[in-house]
Amino acid sequence: MTTAGAGAARPRAGAGGAGPAAVALRDVAKTYGRGAHAVEALRGVSFEIRDNEFFTLLGPSGCGKTTLLRAIAGFEQASAGAILLFGADIVDVPAHRRPVNTVFQHYALFPHMTVAANVAFGLRRLRRPEGEIARQVAAMLALVKMEALADRLPGQLSGGQKQRVALARALAPAPKVLLLDEPLSALDLKLRQAMRQELKQIQATTGITFIFVTHDQEEALSMSDRIAVMSEGRVQQIGPPAEIYEHPANRFVAGFVGDANFIPATVVGEEGGRVRCRTPAGLVLAAGAAPSPPGGRGTVLFVRPEKVGLVPAGQGTVEGRVRGLQYLGDAVLIEIDIGEALPLVASERMARLGQAARRPGDRLGVVLDPAALQLLAG
Amino acid sequence: MTGPRPAARRRRPFGEVPGLGTLAAGFLVFLYAPIAVLVAYSFNAGSIVMVWTGFSTDWYARAFANADIRQAAFNSLVVAVTATAIATVVATLAALVLARGGRFRGSEAVLGLISLPLMVPEIVTAVAVLVFFSGIGLNLGLGNVVIAHVTFCIPFAFMPIRARLDGMDTTLEQAAQDLYASEWATFRLVTLPLLMPGVLAGAMLSFVISMDDFIITMMVAGAGDTTLPVYIYSMIRHGITPEVNAVSSILLLVSIVLVTLYWFMTRTGPGTARR
Ligand SMILES: Nc1ncnc2c1ncn2[C@@H]1O[C@H](COP(=O)(O)OP(=O)(O)O)[C@@H](O)[C@H]1O
Ligand SMILES: [Mg+2]
Repeated sequence: MTTAGAGAARPRAGAGGAGPAAVALRDVAKTYGRGAHAVEALRGVSFEIRDNEFFTLLGPSGCGKTTLLRAIAGFEQASAGAILLFGADIVDVPAHRRPVNTVFQHYALFPHMTVAANVAFGLRRLRRPEGEIARQVAAMLALVKMEALADRLPGQLSGGQKQRVALARALAPAPKVLLLDEPLSALDLKLRQAMRQELKQIQATTGITFIFVTHDQEEALSMSDRIAVMSEGRVQQIGPPAEIYEHPANRFVAGFVGDANFIPATVVGEEGGRVRCRTPAGLVLAAGAAPSPPGGRGTVLFVRPEKVGLVPAGQGTVEGRVRGLQYLGDAVLIEIDIGEALPLVASERMARLGQAARRPGDRLGVVLDPAALQLLAG
Repeated sequence: MTGPRPAARRRRPFGEVPGLGTLAAGFLVFLYAPIAVLVAYSFNAGSIVMVWTGFSTDWYARAFANADIRQAAFNSLVVAVTATAIATVVATLAALVLARGGRFRGSEAVLGLISLPLMVPEIVTAVAVLVFFSGIGLNLGLGNVVIAHVTFCIPFAFMPIRARLDGMDTTLEQAAQDLYASEWATFRLVTLPLLMPGVLAGAMLSFVISMDDFIITMMVAGAGDTTLPVYIYSMIRHGITPEVNAVSSILLLVSIVLVTLYWFMTRTGPGTARR
């Protein structure tokens, strides 16, 4: 009828071989309300999610992640654009006929049903034989390690347990695509970190395409096959975690995914695939350019704190002076005055024993490797 | 700054206001003593009101043996059950449309219209219904009484249902749809079970209101369609006997039981069930 078998033995598609994308979005737009109170939650979103992919929508609160997920699930009608599920347009298919299941942010377990009845709900609606339902419920509860609590009511469960039941309930009908709206945000840190690996594991064993929503960049980087970074209803960049982190497409992505130094700069020349840039204070630095050509809003040089090299005074690209230190346990953040408006932040691991302690006022050399410096649209 | 606060600035607990305790006690006595006396004298052996001659349950036996009282009680039950059933269904549908049907033109007005009977003086409703019934020549006997009761029971049934529905999260209904439940299945399996405490509370409130209605019933009921409150009133005109006390006490007991149940049902809100 409406669902595909979850087939544990499906090959990983990842690389995007033949066959249509699991989900394809074509210029999807959504405006809430109208007139003066209109809110443009989505402004022309287009991308494809591959079959068997762990795909993450990452962005700050209010950027439209939930709206996009609800449009795919069928709870929200897109104002414009098309949504395709394995090549079929699903815009006119009501939510209860879409072979897509959701793990809701606050779980939304049915409070008047036991854990087992919650998990069986979707299968019963699909009129599966009772024997198959019993087997599938047992398998799903085993998958999330909740077999022992099958007869409890949701009110008798902890947050982490509810989370697992919600996951089992959404996985039970073996949907083609599973939508997860910030499923870990209500858990405490330790549990959250443990669940990351488990979710990743479950995605791999079930072979179901996961669309995972989060505003936590660490979560996105650690779990995803690919990430779409969103801001103000638009997709800013799509790519594997390392690409997003190492080569952000613009200043927003660079700043949202990880820590970043930004130095305003203008292009003064080009040589061998590198650009030469001048900062307001007169430094001339070589940098790699961002993949897309910088737009008109000015340009900035971008470098991650851990890519800033620190050497004895006189040996660096630039001379600097330590302004302040921030101790983080495993690393230390060092604010360095290099004559620009804002200090440069470097981070140094605390791994080496007997490492010379830095003090405010210390002079040092700063190495800005052209490979680590990137020119971005501001 | 951290020294002891001046005693004069301290607010006095209510109990310390001179005379308030006495006043409250007097008020409670004034309110409940007549009821207590009524119940007590329903167990009086003698037939003269306010002269205690000994304990007996004879008056209850006599009341139960009285065919007129039994008929009136039966009428009351028929009216209350039928009116409650109809009013509860109508109120549930109205609450669902107003809370889940999305905003529509005039939804505020509908809400006002449903609650209006609570504000209209009962005697006005009574006269209006009477004039209306005789105007259109409606003569269904007890049916007339039922129709009249439905009209004023709807707002009482509506209030707890609406309150429960407002406190209910729509994501549960979305979760059901996400799991392949059609709209009807969603209503049957998720919305209605979660709404049930509100529906039962509304039904009980409506039942109690219908059971002890006097003014409207008095106007609308024909000769053979007497309900218990109307019958009690006619008994009193022939002089108060402990039999009246006994019947009234039974009515009181029914009301207390139902109101208590209502109280317990409305105390467990949807929030407590979910978290
Ligand atoms: N039902 C709604 N009515 C009006 N505005 C809404 C509604 N839902 C979301 N919005 C607005 O749309 C924008 C995107 O919301 P949402 O998709 O929930 O963002 P996110 O999940 O990324 O935090 C926000 O500005 C939000 O205020
Ligand atoms: Mg959200």
